[in-house]
This record gives sequence, C-alpha cells and structure tokens, in this order.
Amino acid sequence: MINKKVDNISEALQGVTDNMTFMFGGFGLSGIPENAIAELVKLNVKGLTCISNNAGVDDFGLGLLLQQKQIKKMVSSYVGENDEFERQMLSGELDVELIPQGTLAERCRAAQAGFPAIYTPAGFGTEVAVGKETREFDGKMYVLEYAFKADFAFIKAWKGDAAGNLIFKGTARNFNPNMCGAAKITVVEVEELVPVGTLDPNEIHIPGIFVQRIFKGAHFEKRIEQRTVRQKA
Amino acid sequence: MLDKNGIAKRIAKEVKDGYYVNLGIGIPTLVANFVRDDIEVEFQSENGVLGMGPFPFEGEEDADIINAGKQTITTLPGASFFDSAMSFSMIRGQHVDLTILGAMEVSENGDIANWKIPGKMVKGMGGAMDLVASAENIIVAMMHTNRAGASKLLNACSLPLTGVGCVKKIVTNMAVIEVTENGFKLLERAPGVTVEDIQNATEGNLIVDGNIPEMEL
Repeated sequence: MINKKVDNISEALQGVTDNMTFMFGGFGLSGIPENAIAELVKLNVKGLTCISNNAGVDDFGLGLLLQQKQIKKMVSSYVGENDEFERQMLSGELDVELIPQGTLAERCRAAQAGFPAIYTPAGFGTEVAVGKETREFDGKMYVLEYAFKADFAFIKAWKGDAAGNLIFKGTARNFNPNMCGAAKITVVEVEELVPVGTLDPNEIHIPGIFVQRIFKGAHFEKRIEQRTVRQKA
Repeated sequence: MLDKNGIAKRIAKEVKDGYYVNLGIGIPTLVANFVRDDIEVEFQSENGVLGMGPFPFEGEEDADIINAGKQTITTLPGASFFDSAMSFSMIRGQHVDLTILGAMEVSENGDIANWKIPGKMVKGMGGAMDLVASAENIIVAMMHTNRAGASKLLNACSLPLTGVGCVKKIVTNMAVIEVTENGFKLLERAPGVTVEDIQNATEGNLIVDGNIPEMEL
C-alpha cells in the first residue's frame, strides 16, 4: 500500500503559493472542499485562478476567498449567488470565464485522462466558440476545447483510506471524481478516513492512483443552499 | 390563455412512457407535477442524479442530495448518482430522451437565447449549452411575449445565443408551435385564444395550415 495520508491540513496544502491555478470540486455548496478553502483563507495566497462550477455564496465556499480578494480569475459555468462576486466582476477586479457545464467537466476529465483537447457540440454558433477551432463530423459542428492545466485539485469525498481510494455520497460527487488526477497534485478531504482494507474494492469510485494527499477534514458544515421541503399529508 | 401551470400541464402530455427527461429551472420544473401516474419516467438532474423524487419532508433534508437548482430533493427506487462528466455523457450522448427548458427568445430556425442579456449581470449558461447542442428532442416552455409585450418568437434572436437550430417544439401560454424548415408552424391554440391573437404575438413567420384545434389539457 502506497501511503497518501497526511497528518494535518498544513501538510495537505504544502507547496501552495500565489498565482497558482486550482480546481475545486462541488456543485453549489454541495461537495465543496470546505477544509481546504478554510486553509487557503488562512494562508491568504493571492492571484489565484479557480476552476469551479460555481463561486460559492458571500460567506461560504469560494466566497470566502473572494472576500479577501485572493482570486484573480474564475472559470465556471454558473456564478452570481454572491454580491461580492458581482461587485468584483463588474468593477473589473475579477476576470470571469464562463463555459458550458459539460465542457467544464470534460476539460477536467481530459486532463485526468491524458487527452490534450476534446471536441464538443456545446457552444457551437455562440460567443463561447468565438476564436476557437471548429470541425465538422458527420454533418454536425463541434468546438475544440483544451484540457485544463492546474497546480492543485481540491477534492471532497465521503469515505477514503490511506491508499487514497475514494467513495462519494449522493450528488456531492459532481465534479470531484473528474478533477482527481487532473492537476499536478490532488488533495482530498474526507468525512471518514477508514482503515485500509475495509473499503470493498468493487465499490471504490476513484482509485488511489489519482490522489497524492488525503486527510480527514476537521469540520464539515455542509451548508444547504436552497432548503426545499414538502408537508406531510 | 394559459398560466405557467397550464403550460406545464400541456407539456406533460409530450412525456411518454419510458422517457428519461431533463427539466430546466422555472416552468419546466412544474412539468413533473402533471406527468401521468400510469407511465414510467425518470427525471435526470445534470448535477448527477437520475430518478429524482419530490422534495424531502421537513427534517429529512440532506445537503448531499440536491438538484441542479441546488434545492434539496429525494430519490426514487431505481435512482442512481454519478459524476458531472458522466451526467453530460448522458446528455451529449443523446441518452436523455427529452429536454424541457425555458427561453428568452426563439427564432424561426430553432435558435435559442436564454442565458445572457447584455448590460445585465451574467450568471452563466450552466448546462444549457450542452443540453441544447445535443438533445434530439427539445421543447421550450415560455410565455409568448416578454414583460414589455414584445414577441419572444422572432425571425432572428437579438440576444446572445445558447444554441443554433436546435428547438423542435415550443409551448407558450398561447400556443403549441413546431419549428419547421419554413418557420413556426401553429399546431394548437390555448383555450380562448384565436389564431389572430397568436399571429399578432408572433414576430417570426407563422404558418397556419387549415383549422387549428384548441389544446386538450
């Protein structure tokens, strides 16, 4: 067993510096690497490029990095649940690149899988495709999109072991598996770090080969963004 | 003239037994409430769930189980979770049978604009561009005119596009319309709406062929 376990969060984030490009798993606030974000706030690294489907809310998720003006550029598919984000974007302090959600996922997966680029039909004929190579296959037009290049991927999983094997829960899975191994260093925080050998190899979502560092997160708030319920009849 | 629930009710009739369906935010979300009980349909949410159920009972919300609108949901027996790349493999790979989404504008050649208004805060396209670029069967659910009373069914879209030549059918508060090679073909009228009303509210080329029946709801 190759050990990926690190003892604490500062060891997990060792090597993080200004002007790096990071990937963050999560959809809305579900499945975000809360502990890594809290540590990045503490380290106060600046000039970051962040690849993440969303940008958090004002006081949680990536919104915490925005408050300290740590982010230079966001690459996302949907943003703006966040006043400070809007202010920085409109004032020009923050550069924002909006890309289709499936393209975002596939540019992560391409980086993970060793593809330099992929062709997708998403965005053809729209401003998203402006300046990009396009090509026809079987009578349909596609846009060339490049694999991401990132320094760190920050991942949240449900269960993991010291070998770096991961299991995700519910829709908190989202972009997390696609970002594992898509950056130079993949750092995973888990709710439960279980002894090696207790996870059934048949049920592992991401094998440890894609993971460099794993630790048990000290605290998970797991905030709900839109609490919707129905009444008991 | 239909209200939003009426539009959803009419669209629900397009949902067939055995369909996998992706519903957008807004009117499309309401469609799930009107699908017949005697058919089997599974709803996909692009954040990574197939077999979506209703909202949870109070106290049973789970931060790890949400839909693409970030709302807490439940799952039905037979449901599955998956990552974002696999979710869009279902969409791009045309495994999802029907996509229902809202729009700001649709043109007579099937272009759709629904993600950006220049000069206003842009929130992003989310999964809409992937959905419209790939789905074979796309129904747009929207009001026939905007708040200012201007037609949303145009010769050409004025807003930045989400996709080109992709919309097949449009259900509005006034009509059911098919997008054909020659323009908007009027299929049905909403209760109490005349062909002339629809003509007046449609800027793009409207094809009226014979007697246009009233919708059955």
